[in-house]
Amino acid sequence: MKPAKRINGWLRHIPVWSLYVILPIPGAIAFWLAISGQAGPNPVQALEHEYGELALRLIILTLLVTPLRQWTGVSLLKFRRALGLMAFFYVVAHLSVWLILDRQLVLLDIWKEIVKRPYITLGMLGFASMVPLAITSNDLSIRRLGAELWTKIHRLAYLAAAAGAAHYLLLVKAWPPEPIVYALVVASLLAVRAWWSVKRRAARLARRSCDG
Amino acid sequence: MAYKFKSDLKYSDVTPKSVWINRRSFMTRAAGAAVAGSIAGPATAAKISGTVKSQYSTDEDLNSLEDITTYNNFYEFGTRKSDPAKHAHKLTTSPWEVKIDGMVGKPGSYSFDDIVKGVTMEERIYRLRCVEAWSMVIPWVGFPLAVLLERIEPQSEAKYVAFETLVRPSEMPGQRRGLLEWPYREGLRLDEAMNPLTILATGLYGEDMPNQNGAPIRLVVPWKYGFKSIKSIVRISLTSEQPPTTWNMQNSREYGFYSNVNPEVDHPRWSQASERRVGDGLFSPRQPTQMFNGYADEVASLYSGMNLVQNY
Repeated sequence: MKPAKRINGWLRHIPVWSLYVILPIPGAIAFWLAISGQAGPNPVQALEHEYGELALRLIILTLLVTPLRQWTGVSLLKFRRALGLMAFFYVVAHLSVWLILDRQLVLLDIWKEIVKRPYITLGMLGFASMVPLAITSNDLSIRRLGAELWTKIHRLAYLAAAAGAAHYLLLVKAWPPEPIVYALVVASLLAVRAWWSVKRRAARLARRSCDG
Repeated sequence: MAYKFKSDLKYSDVTPKSVWINRRSFMTRAAGAAVAGSIAGPATAAKISGTVKSQYSTDEDLNSLEDITTYNNFYEFGTRKSDPAKHAHKLTTSPWEVKIDGMVGKPGSYSFDDIVKGVTMEERIYRLRCVEAWSMVIPWVGFPLAVLLERIEPQSEAKYVAFETLVRPSEMPGQRRGLLEWPYREGLRLDEAMNPLTILATGLYGEDMPNQNGAPIRLVVPWKYGFKSIKSIVRISLTSEQPPTTWNMQNSREYGFYSNVNPEVDHPRWSQASERRVGDGLFSPRQPTQMFNGYADEVASLYSGMNLVQNY
């Protein structure tokens, strides 16, 4: 049996619901460390960064599902919705830490920051683009919207990933490695999509000219 | 990840604050006794003897030694706040030479011992405001930079003081990457350097400077953003021209030569109107940032008539 098939066989034994149990754990641990004074001298920032980074990692995982299947045959497709919803969960957690703990819900200041600071504008754009994704991540929505429209809407994931990576890159001083690595990974995953789309269009054109 | 801050430091490694405070009152008594000439003050390992209090100290709550030594920006050791605590122990700080050159009457290579010989060490409890909008209160031990400058006799044409940090990639892992252009450079106008608030610090909490805080000798300029307070100094030059400074070289639009703490002039990417006092826990609010970090009475006159928006 091919390794990809064997891996897919194992994956079949992992129920999707287990992701909703496992993936919140690092967030809960980070919260416990921050509240109990074990997350360093600046727990607000530590928590903010932790949730932001977890969100970005999960977004990247959702974007990896299709290329992984194409290139290796390993299919994580059944986990993609859970990965995406958990990514949204961490984006909301990240945003909540900023709004409540960092900015103490001072709404005027928050609004000024959103419109004035490009990295925050981008972060909010990423969050906003994930709201329709989260709302429509269920079977009923796919049926109601139809597969074609639903797929189109879910291309917002590309925007969310790009906004998230840029948000990180724009808030650091100098050029530390982490945001650059995330940005390169996201850029490659989006480039793969662009390349596929070009190829598909070329194939369509070729087919059309044959028919003609 | 944030919770890896604790990877090599246990709570038991850190002396409780109450003990520090008691020890400090002991130090004060010891200092008084030393002045009276009743004890010779044998130099025990890391303690700095003969430290006197200063009128420039704030009475705000101190950050713990743990806060001060585990949350550092010292890119020579890496970009994470926890990197300096992890890597700085490799730094050799003795012997230590500081090259003094440029427009001075007494240039030369000065050893650390030579620089601090005969100098009265003061405890200076200062607010430190980072350009990243967080702050601490730190009990430095040091002496006015003016004391050293007077000793090395600046020439009349000298207008600026330039500083450089050690370059030693074998002990400073951050320098093996091109994060910034090494050596780290900073500078002050001569009148800023002569201001009594400007100190060369050789310790904190009454003991020798921890490596991650810029051992063995660093600058502290409390009314400017933290990056101006250059660490682990190996060169001090007097110049007539404004010297190049590292963050200004890296991004001149964001980091000016002056970099005075100013709540009304935002960093292009974030607000400087408020700050987070590090060490106050998860539910502490931000606090408003003060002009010149609260040292306006002492330093505002240095900039009278200057446009502080243009000269950020």
